[in-house]
Amino acid sequence: MTKASIEARGDLRLTRLTKSYGDFTAVDDLSLTIPKGSFFALLGPSGCGKTTTLRMIAGLEEPTAGSIYLGETDITTTKPYQRPINTVFQNYALFPHLTIFENIAFGLRRRGKSDVKEAVEKVLNLVELPHLAQRKPTQLSGGQQQRIALARAIVNRPALLLLDEPLGALDLKLRRQMQIELKWIQKEVGLTFVHVTHDQEEAMTMADTIAVMNEGQIEQMGSPADLYDNPETAYVANFLGQSNLIKGTISGNDGDSQIVDLFGQKISLPKSRSHAVDNSTYAGIRPEKFRISLLETPVKGNVLTGGRIEDVSYIGVSTQYQVEMPWGQELMVFEQNDDGVAPFKKGDAVNISWEPAFTFGLRGDEDATAGSEVAPEVLDEE
Amino acid sequence: MRKIRTPYLLLLPGFAFLFTFFILPIINLAQTSTQTRIPGGDTGQYEQTLRFTNYFDAFIENREQFTRSFVYALLATLLALAISYPLAYAIAFKSGKYKNVLLVLVIAPFFTSFLLRTIAWKQILGEEGFVVPTLRTFGIISDSTTLTSTSFAVVMGMTYNFLPFMTLPLFASIDRIDPKTLEASGDLYANGITTFRKVTLPLSMPGVVAGTLLTFIPAAGDYVNAAILGSPNTKMLGNVIESRYFRVVDYPTAAALSFTLMVAILILVTLYIRKVGTEELV
Repeated sequence: MTKASIEARGDLRLTRLTKSYGDFTAVDDLSLTIPKGSFFALLGPSGCGKTTTLRMIAGLEEPTAGSIYLGETDITTTKPYQRPINTVFQNYALFPHLTIFENIAFGLRRRGKSDVKEAVEKVLNLVELPHLAQRKPTQLSGGQQQRIALARAIVNRPALLLLDEPLGALDLKLRRQMQIELKWIQKEVGLTFVHVTHDQEEAMTMADTIAVMNEGQIEQMGSPADLYDNPETAYVANFLGQSNLIKGTISGNDGDSQIVDLFGQKISLPKSRSHAVDNSTYAGIRPEKFRISLLETPVKGNVLTGGRIEDVSYIGVSTQYQVEMPWGQELMVFEQNDDGVAPFKKGDAVNISWEPAFTFGLRGDEDATAGSEVAPEVLDEE
Repeated sequence: MRKIRTPYLLLLPGFAFLFTFFILPIINLAQTSTQTRIPGGDTGQYEQTLRFTNYFDAFIENREQFTRSFVYALLATLLALAISYPLAYAIAFKSGKYKNVLLVLVIAPFFTSFLLRTIAWKQILGEEGFVVPTLRTFGIISDSTTLTSTSFAVVMGMTYNFLPFMTLPLFASIDRIDPKTLEASGDLYANGITTFRKVTLPLSMPGVVAGTLLTFIPAAGDYVNAAILGSPNTKMLGNVIESRYFRVVDYPTAAALSFTLMVAILILVTLYIRKVGTEELV
């Protein structure tokens, strides 16, 4: 068992994984396959169960029910030190009494590897910090410690690398830089990365596949573009970026599209992007997909008339408008400032139009504000 | 100018205290240690003759008690370490909301006097206590064996009395360890034993060093435990010094022994810190 598990390779499969603490279910019947070699992100707010899931994969928590497979090997009850899995901890957890070199060599030495020196030097070069080998962790900056934590994990060439909010302690600029570096390193070493984060931008920048978690379950899983362009639930629509969700009724069909009645105005929605289960629906449109035009300007595609500009925020690269519609809802519109100026001003009467293909349809019985009340960037660790 | 003087002014009370109650007595002790009895004088009358062989004589005469002091102190220190480490570890990592309660319990014995606690041990280990009958029932000791007035009782008493001095620094050290580093060690292929050897123990070394020093130093100079729980056969150097001062009124020998003990402890401690001492301590 020991030998077999440490050599296990392949896709990571979680089947019906559950973790309960008394009455509270942190992870609820979660099934999921993470393909070998992918960069996978578990995205969700604090308390959604993503860190608990990660800790179960690492072996630091024991599942209440369900199984974890790595390739064909069942590792559900395998001790953490017998799993071919390494973790980059949230606050790095470097060993303060050891030098950087010995920190990185720790895993290799435990497994009695030869050529430790060569391997450590190689990985130190990869993270571009070879000159720090003899320092102690406390002598390093946050960004440097982060890279050493990464080096300490990847030097073992694990079947799976787990990253628990690894960039959470860094400032914004460094975080952006590390996101790009992490992605590059993942490609370079070709390991499977499972990244837990509450930062949707971070997940979208780095991951091939994102699973959005909410209350212990996976809300939706897919590529960043899939999730953003075609969210299946209000939670995903609001948690990843911003969405305008307009209550409506499906009133008919037109070929591959549904005709949706939004407060008396008809628009078209591709059937493939409709997730409604009955006639009641929410039509969703991302703010940057909207176009604003003055009433007399002819427009194509889906059009909603009768809008009035309530608020204009000029933010350089774009302008954000709040447009009040006849039924009282305020829609958010982002317009690129191609001409350098915001073309509309407060009080203008306008139409709003967009490409029908950008519309997505949600179930009408959803809470349209789900996922929007959590401000992900200010949440603490779980 | 004022700014430069301030730190010295702040240090003044401390220096004054140390000078009066440490430096002066030490000088006095050193002077006494080389005195000899005034020929034909009364008991307790000595004159300065710079007789350094006092040290040699005192040492030769009390070699046995000297050795015993260090052996007992060492045993008590090791026992206290063996008891305190798991205790401190449990309080730091496993006690949850009871952490503060347990810490108070560790220092609770200080609410009664040192002397009283040692006398209580005499009761516990005595014929009427529960320990001796219990051990006899299980045949661990024979009916004729007693526990009081033995070196066992003295070492036990010292272990008990100095336990908090071992536990508290150990706790402070272990409590500072980030539990995530222990998780990280497990994550990096170290099993429980290896994690303890490679991570927990090295990170708690400042506490081990501080705790062993705080136990060993007072234990080596202790005489209360040997006096109350021991017999003439378990006399430590502290007992000799005590009787030389207060019963025999042989001040020079007592002073010479005190000095020798002090220097011996100083040398041992220096060697110990050199050997295991961590950067944080020095």
